[in-house]
Amino acid sequence: MIKRLLVSIFAGILLTLCSSSWAQFRVEVAGVGMTQIPITIASFRGQEQVSQKISDIIQADLERSGQFRGVGAALRGLDELTRPDLSVMRQSGADALVSGSVTKLADGRIDVRFRLWDVVKEQDLGGQSFAVGSADLRLAAHRAADYVYEKLTGDKGVFSTRIAYVTKAGSRYQLWVADADGENPQSALSSAEPIISPAWSPDGNQLAYVSFESRKPVVYAHNISSGKRRLVANFKGSNSAPAWSPDGNSLAVTLSRDGGSQLFILSAAGGEPRRLMQSGGIDTEPVFSPDGKSIYFVSDRGGSPQIYKASISGAGAERVTFNGNYNISPAISPDGRWMAYISRVSGAFKLQVMELATGNVRSITDTTADESPSFAPNSKLVVYATQQQGRDALMTSTLDGKVKARLSGQSGDVREPDWSPFFKQ
Amino acid sequence: MKRFFVISCVVAMLAGCGSAVPLNDVPVTDASAKSVSGTDAAGIGSTGVQAGGAAGSDLGAGGLASASAAQRTVYFDYDSYVIKPEFQSLIANHARFIKSQGARKVSIEGHTDESGGREYNLALGQKRADAVRSALSILGVSSSQMESVSFGKEKPAVQGSDEAAYAKNRRAEIRYQ
Repeated sequence: MIKRLLVSIFAGILLTLCSSSWAQFRVEVAGVGMTQIPITIASFRGQEQVSQKISDIIQADLERSGQFRGVGAALRGLDELTRPDLSVMRQSGADALVSGSVTKLADGRIDVRFRLWDVVKEQDLGGQSFAVGSADLRLAAHRAADYVYEKLTGDKGVFSTRIAYVTKAGSRYQLWVADADGENPQSALSSAEPIISPAWSPDGNQLAYVSFESRKPVVYAHNISSGKRRLVANFKGSNSAPAWSPDGNSLAVTLSRDGGSQLFILSAAGGEPRRLMQSGGIDTEPVFSPDGKSIYFVSDRGGSPQIYKASISGAGAERVTFNGNYNISPAISPDGRWMAYISRVSGAFKLQVMELATGNVRSITDTTADESPSFAPNSKLVVYATQQQGRDALMTSTLDGKVKARLSGQSGDVREPDWSPFFKQ
Repeated sequence: MKRFFVISCVVAMLAGCGSAVPLNDVPVTDASAKSVSGTDAAGIGSTGVQAGGAAGSDLGAGGLASASAAQRTVYFDYDSYVIKPEFQSLIANHARFIKSQGARKVSIEGHTDESGGREYNLALGQKRADAVRSALSILGVSSSQMESVSFGKEKPAVQGSDEAAYAKNRRAEIRYQ
């Protein structure tokens, strides 16, 4: 009984939080991809009675991925049980159809059901059902979008993953965790001092970050389900740039404790850091390759900041970037194929994507203040911070730069995005 | 049957997801916050943990611990970590004072202008702080009394995106604890 009461109190707090949180983000798709699957998302039967328009959320998710194009004006009168007239659908230009329903259950939860149809092959591609509290309606829609995305592209969808980022409003800094479309932001930490460099652990349970609350940069790891956090690196001097190893057992960090900014490896459980390598200049921004065998990092050892790659033992450092004299903030896609980074080009800071096998580089934005790229866990999108019309913004982009969505803050600075891994199901 | 199982799993997972991220209520158990002046106290989270305000004790006239920012700040040229000749006497004054106060700890805080990446600027600010630390060290200040840290571009002295603002932000500050 007490437990149930606690649960309902908690749910109440959550609801309050959700409704009071600023409607912080909006999806704006600009640009057109080459091959997009035309899809119709029928208006879910009964969705007017709940707080979220499920079909709109699914469609926005799919369009943001760059792989889908919504067609057919709000189609009504279908649900997951209806066998649609697929030949009519085909004439309207749709290759796929999603129909579904939203039903309030006696226990107060809401049952969201959907079915996916391959219009061309006239095939039922299955469906799912979720009974959720109203606070989780958006998540149910994201799960549905993930199902559709995976069935039709063969890749896992990332719509139910999350993005961590930092805002500065007045003199207040906050670390947030939002849904991958930017909605439903929840505060993980609030501080009067800067917070930078959030980094998800590979299991999605922890965020490492750098906080200046003790008047110096110190690395913490924050368990996002318990809210508890612990010190990871608080050595003499500056502690920064945390990056998790793919197995989650260790972190690479930049420490100045032995002079200069240098790379170290720490056990996630704590203990004495192991120096990775020695250079006369700056080494920072380490990231592990997805196989855990090498580390990419930024170094000015050649006179200007460039991205290098070394083995996990610290040996065999070789330069990876050769264009320009300022290349920083590497992120490696989880499939190991791509490196996103920031390059200074004629005074502008530009997001670049390099195909690692060939070294081919593409500049994928038309903005000039790009920062902090991070890959979606399916390696198909990248999130980054930038400025648009003088305002800070978080953007997602396909790797070819053709489809972008703005997850835009309404007030204050928004920065330092990091895309979560897939969560265990 | 299998489908039912899948649905059950999804439902179970969804049921848990509402609590995946906790609220703002972050217990702070291990933050050893220390601040130099009361105005910098870092209130963390809704738990309202306040940093201890350790104001400099009264040292009387000439105590550099309570010196104005101008007397504690070394400015640097663009992309430079070299201490300019005009700051040598400022550093020498602090070296003398720190050596006379054997128990006194100082923090040397490096800063950059707003141009460029946050982490890379943190490393650049560290270079400036380290430059001041080694200048003090050469003048005989014990390394056990000094800590050089960086704020990168996170704490500009002056707001603005022009060279005048940038010049005021490329700096290292000597702070007494």
